[in-house]
Amino acid sequence: MAEKLLQVSGVSKHFGGFTALAGVSLDIAQGERFGLIGPNGSGKTTLINCISGLLRNESGKIVFAQKEISGLAAYQRTRLGIARSFQVPRPFTTMSVLENLLVPSAYVLHLKDSEGETMAMEILKSMGLADKAQVRASQLSQVELRKLELARAMAAKPRLLISDEAMAGLAGNEVDEVLEILFELNAKGITIIMIEHIMQAVMRFSQRVVCLDAGKIICEGTPASIVENPDVQKAYLGA
Amino acid sequence: MRFWIGALLLAIAAGALAVSGVNEYFFFAAYVVITYIVLATAWNILGGYAGYVNFGTPAFFGSGAYAAVVLFQALGAPLVVQIAAGTAMGAALGFGVGVMTLRLRGIFFAIATVAVVFIMETLMINWRYVGGATGLQLQRPEVMAPFATYARMLFFVMTVMAIAAVGIARYIQTSWVGRGLRAVRDSEEAAEANGVPTLKLKLIACVVSGGLMGAAGAPMPMYLSFIEPASTFSLNYAIGALAAPMIGGTIHWLGPVIGAIVLASLQQIVTVTISGEMNVLVVGVLLVLFVVLAPDGILGLFKRWLKSSSR
Repeated sequence: MAEKLLQVSGVSKHFGGFTALAGVSLDIAQGERFGLIGPNGSGKTTLINCISGLLRNESGKIVFAQKEISGLAAYQRTRLGIARSFQVPRPFTTMSVLENLLVPSAYVLHLKDSEGETMAMEILKSMGLADKAQVRASQLSQVELRKLELARAMAAKPRLLISDEAMAGLAGNEVDEVLEILFELNAKGITIIMIEHIMQAVMRFSQRVVCLDAGKIICEGTPASIVENPDVQKAYLGA
Repeated sequence: MRFWIGALLLAIAAGALAVSGVNEYFFFAAYVVITYIVLATAWNILGGYAGYVNFGTPAFFGSGAYAAVVLFQALGAPLVVQIAAGTAMGAALGFGVGVMTLRLRGIFFAIATVAVVFIMETLMINWRYVGGATGLQLQRPEVMAPFATYARMLFFVMTVMAIAAVGIARYIQTSWVGRGLRAVRDSEEAAEANGVPTLKLKLIACVVSGGLMGAAGAPMPMYLSFIEPASTFSLNYAIGALAAPMIGGTIHWLGPVIGAIVLASLQQIVTVTISGEMNVLVVGVLLVLFVVLAPDGILGLFKRWLKSSSR
């Protein structure tokens, strides 16, 4: 196995009396395409919120690139190289698409606007958003918003990209478009965690898949073995 | 550069006006209007740029006024020192309030800032040194040359403060801080996930905003030759400071300036021609009209008009 980029060990999180995560441990290798699946409410988003820093884990350790990051604020983790997209797109609505990308370019990479714009335009081109650069983010369509989420995450030049249901609610050909983008990013050496409900997309994309249920990992393996696993079938379809 | 040349010309014009033969009442009224320019500009840094609605303007304004009174009473400090102290006090209060409340969002933050006003007012009511509930009469020192009266001098001083306040707001808007604050307003989670140190930026905004409000309050006791808690911590300041940017437009530094001039001038006119109570109604009516019909303020209307006429 290649060098470990992210090590999560024994991470727990409660909301009041509800256990969202109960001692989750997983390792992700540099350059890996990793799939995270599980039924609604199984703790997928809580887990990535703990990794990206929007939530703090109550116990356990999160190590990124040999550095313990559990105590860091979200913006500091982004600066270390963890970028994410949001399940429900959260664009900066009063800014243009280009300006949206200038936020991470200025705050993460500390680029001047002129340098940031050059980089941002390249990213937008690679995602097919170049002609929308000057459009206000509030005027984008669903699929464009999903792409903007990914484009903005990329403008932070991350080592790890967490894609939280980037394809939910998209049509078949749009799913393929977004998948294509993610494959290209991975080919450039970016490690990707994909959280997705669209099984066919996760299975095509991931080298390794973990299934969460009720805050615990119930199984881990290749996409093919996950589909066959009786626990996974039970979690998704009920007994 | 063009901005600062304009600012310099404006300051010179204000100075010339202050030593001219214009009616004394003009300065008395203009002082209040310009105070609102400072308050609205200060409010907009946190409320407009970052989207954190602050009802605590009177707390910051009043803390500046009382800081000035304390220094004046204790040491006979000159006006410049009073203003510096008012600014420091407002900024310190901004920091304290910011650390305690900026983790709250939306309506909860707004409610917390209202509470700060009542805390400050209660403290001053119970502090005998600054006059307690009955207030304190203040003997103005001699007015400085070349100004003939104190009102004229304060008019000039306030104009300079307004220019400085607008300059600071403009700097914040166009600098890296401004983009971060806009990101916070649009989506705080996304801002944080894109490397923006949201808490730090909000604190900067709160400190600068509070400092400017404190500065605006500092000359008030000298202007009135009097201070007392009820009028110093009046919620009318909170409403005025909030309404002016809403009416003018919150996105651009010019918005609060336009809004304050329109609103406060109208209030002054209504106070003189109709009644002092009616002027509060003016704010309410204008605020409702703008929020419903022109949520982007006068600047927004102007932009739309520019767009439609260029077609």
